[in-house]
Amino acid sequence: MALIGKIVLFIVGAFVFQVALSGFSRKVIARIQKRRGPVFWQNFYDIGKLFFKKTSISHGFIFDFGVWMAFGGTVATLLFVPVGPYSVFPGQTNFIVIIYLLAIGSLGMAMSAVGSANPYASMGISRALTQMFGYDVPFALTVVIMIYVHRTSQVAKLAAVQSDIGWHLWVMPLSALVAFIALMAMLGKKPFDTPIAPAEIASGPLVEYSGKYLGMLMVQHEFATFVEVGLFVNLFLGGGSTLLIYLVKYIIVYLLTVIISALMARFRVEQTVAFFWKWPLVLVFIQALIIIGIGIR
Amino acid sequence: MWEKVKDITRGHSLWMLYYCTGCGAIELPPTMTSRFDMERFGIGPMATPRQADILLVTGYLSTKTLRRVIYTYEQMQSPKWLVGFGSCTLNGGIYHDSYATINQLDQYLPVDLYLAGCMPRPEVIIKGFKQLMEMIKTGEADGWKQYQDNREWYRENQKKALGDLLYTTR
Repeated sequence: MALIGKIVLFIVGAFVFQVALSGFSRKVIARIQKRRGPVFWQNFYDIGKLFFKKTSISHGFIFDFGVWMAFGGTVATLLFVPVGPYSVFPGQTNFIVIIYLLAIGSLGMAMSAVGSANPYASMGISRALTQMFGYDVPFALTVVIMIYVHRTSQVAKLAAVQSDIGWHLWVMPLSALVAFIALMAMLGKKPFDTPIAPAEIASGPLVEYSGKYLGMLMVQHEFATFVEVGLFVNLFLGGGSTLLIYLVKYIIVYLLTVIISALMARFRVEQTVAFFWKWPLVLVFIQALIIIGIGIR
Repeated sequence: MWEKVKDITRGHSLWMLYYCTGCGAIELPPTMTSRFDMERFGIGPMATPRQADILLVTGYLSTKTLRRVIYTYEQMQSPKWLVGFGSCTLNGGIYHDSYATINQLDQYLPVDLYLAGCMPRPEVIIKGFKQLMEMIKTGEADGWKQYQDNREWYRENQKKALGDLLYTTR
């Protein structure tokens, strides 16, 4: 019973925090463009409005099931990420599990979008999965180096060990740079927003979603953001000894991606993959050689 | 009470799909970008009819494109609102005697709000949208409901303008 309460608290807390923060990031973007911008609780209105729509079109069983799969997969992932000193299942924060469950979100969305039979959706999904090929390899390698050095794949332990040796951001700076670029691609921020290019392929995978379906996918995206930024904070910025420190680090990393995104134009999808397999991959190999050659001291 | 909460939420978040085959599209970029900044009221552009709440029909509407507007409107999910932009949707404007345009948009689709002018300036657009938001919050703007109730009447008018073309996909 206590566990269920903890899970609900965790999910609701992550939802409120991340939706408010992404509303605030719209304000930040507006200020960069010399505008006033919406109020920071605007995203609550948006999500609420979508759930209050009177009708939502379904395109069959696969379409519905994919949405639930994406949503459920992402919520499940959320429960394995340590937030500061807290985690829902202490000692169960394995990186392999997280990265495995996180893929369910994308795959569920792929299934659902293809179920809608809209060509724009298929295009968007093929772009999203191609882009995933690009950023997953360098990002996984940065973490593999860490796992090799510390002989553990628990995210909470990898975060805790940084209080002894210093943040991984300083210990392995090239890795941190690569992981940050990969994080931008995971979040779908510019210049890596080919999958949901609204002016180009009419918001890609989301093209056929309406009402409740779109609302669920927006919530899913917020949760996925919470997981992905949380991974970066835990792996490279030492997590947090208290909840507050963790959230401050989180806000800084997230707003940094937003600000960079506001200043960028969009890559084409083949440029994205070529970029990831050229520069970040080379950098992470150099980092691996350094770590293997001279150790982390 | 719960309906009231829903209406207020809807009134604060309007996603807009603009149908700009006529003129008037040029007034929208300044409304959206830094100078007039539509986003501060929660109004934003959307890419597809499925996601949108508002259909903005700008300028004159030729009989050929009316069919696409009807399809687009019917693809949107209710509650949805239609805004006629410019004099041409109101009474034909300077094209009132043309054989190729329709004169009154509300003969074919339920219009919730007209923005008169040729062209309406961004100030007018923002004022109009604020008024629409008030109407949504009080539950006054119910064009989508009227379209369901008076479907026969609208269908008849649409057929009069388009003939059998209404149902073809050419």
